[in-house]
Amino acid sequence: MAIDFRKDVEHVAKLARLELTKTEKETMAGQLSDILDTARRIQELDTEGIEPTSHVIDFPATMREDEVGASLPLNRVLQNAPKRDNDFFRVPRIAKSGNDGQ
Amino acid sequence: MEYEVIIGLEVHVELHTESKLFCSCPNRFVQEPNINTCPVCLGFPGAMPQMNEEAVEQALKASLALNCEIALTSYFDRKNYFYPDMPKGYQISQYFVPIGSRGSLLIEDDLGSEKQVRIGRVHMEEDAGKLVHSISGEGSMVDYNRAGVPLVEIVTEPNLRSPGESRRYLEQLKSILQYAGVSDCKMEEGSLRCDANISLRPAGTETFGSKTELKNMNSFKAVEKSLEYEIDRQKKILDSGQEVISQTLRWEEDRQETIMMRGKLEAHDYRCFTDPELAPIKLGAEKVEEARAALPEMADAKAARYGRDYGLPPYDAGVLTASRALADYFEACLAIYDNPKVVSNWVMGELTACLNEEGQEIETCAFGPEKMAELLKMIEEQVISGKIAKEVLVKSFRGGKTPRQVVEEEGLLQISDHGELEAVVEKVLAENPDSVEKYRAGATKVIGFLVGQVMKETKGKANPQLVNELLVKKIDG
Repeated sequence: MAIDFRKDVEHVAKLARLELTKTEKETMAGQLSDILDTARRIQELDTEGIEPTSHVIDFPATMREDEVGASLPLNRVLQNAPKRDNDFFRVPRIAKSGNDGQ
Repeated sequence: MEYEVIIGLEVHVELHTESKLFCSCPNRFVQEPNINTCPVCLGFPGAMPQMNEEAVEQALKASLALNCEIALTSYFDRKNYFYPDMPKGYQISQYFVPIGSRGSLLIEDDLGSEKQVRIGRVHMEEDAGKLVHSISGEGSMVDYNRAGVPLVEIVTEPNLRSPGESRRYLEQLKSILQYAGVSDCKMEEGSLRCDANISLRPAGTETFGSKTELKNMNSFKAVEKSLEYEIDRQKKILDSGQEVISQTLRWEEDRQETIMMRGKLEAHDYRCFTDPELAPIKLGAEKVEEARAALPEMADAKAARYGRDYGLPPYDAGVLTASRALADYFEACLAIYDNPKVVSNWVMGELTACLNEEGQEIETCAFGPEKMAELLKMIEEQVISGKIAKEVLVKSFRGGKTPRQVVEEEGLLQISDHGELEAVVEKVLAENPDSVEKYRAGATKVIGFLVGQVMKETKGKANPQLVNELLVKKIDG
């Protein structure tokens, strides 16, 4: 009955840009299996007619007035940047034909 | 084979707020990189997002203007991906419960009948930063000024059927959002961006074919062109018995073709979950109804009213309501000078020509509604002739002086003085004995030519009606 979760761990690790050793993968595959078992048990509960819970504490968001405040001074913005190019952050080259996020 | 074209559009629109969605950095385009950033929009650990109330209200307005059902409780989720334009490693977006859903918008289909385009969802999200691909230097450069700017994403159901319908949908969407006052929707400046999903299926069949996604179109025309190109490309593939590969394509404006960006294997797995740092957005039913009631009049309703209340022909009404800025200008003129058809003629004619010639926008041009009203009043009061008024408009538009100042400084007052005009009239009659003969012989139309000669002599300043009267009196007398 034991399902091998090593493939899932590898997939998630890749998405999260994490490099895991073989031992770490095995440990996490076991932990993931336990977590999913617990989730499966919860799913057995009868939730008919119960609203999904998005937040544990159900109070509305506190809104902010649409007013402009001070931004961070540029030297502070770039203070921890590993690399910079004038006032830009510099990152490894992204191919033009590559992923553009959205 | 005959194919049916299936198109769905995803449109991102920047909301017109003062500050960003989750922090108080300015929502303004500036040249200097990274000056409008702070720990929140830079994704520094521990920085807490705080929701901008105005952004939520504008998203609500947009949803209502698009006839959406409103979620009284909605919330923000995290869409996880690694890309340098998103410093947190995730984008805050409404994935599970969008603020608006099941909306619609009316367009004309290719045959000219009314068609309802179904809108699946309208949701709020934050914009990403901008990558600048340095040509000489190593690596890419990132500017986070745009990161955290509030957006709404508007997604249609796949029920557009042609590139033309898609363009008309975008035009209508832009008009509605401009009228609602939530965005300026300038595609060339990036405040409206559009991605298109497109697939073909044999006519008469039900199952969807595999689709491709088109990106990087920077005008409505480019959206239409890229869809035409893609239809042709997919047709050729299907006709040759091959299958269309699901992929993301990039429209290359210079080459007028689509090129592959990424295949299906690289498809995303965003692992969305509700953002624990942001509490739910709760809208009272009353607030929603108030916002619905406060929605401004949209283009179609306005055009109908211009016909009904002002007696304007449908053509005028259509042109004047094409943009909210133009309609606002027209109405501001009317508030001072209440003659709809005259105002309409001058706004659509001389003013529009001036704007085009000078490459200016109506909302920022120096010739405001009060100047237009002043000019038209001067014509009505016979202070200047219509011909001179055109000159005055151009001068006032370019130099920023009021029409009255231009008229006074340049001595353009209409000549309505009998004595002064009589002299000119006599001169013209003496110089044109043939015309006088013709007139006496019954060809009374020749009077127009004689009036023209007097206008020429006076450089357009003569009162044409008076000139007409004087000419007739002199010839007959």
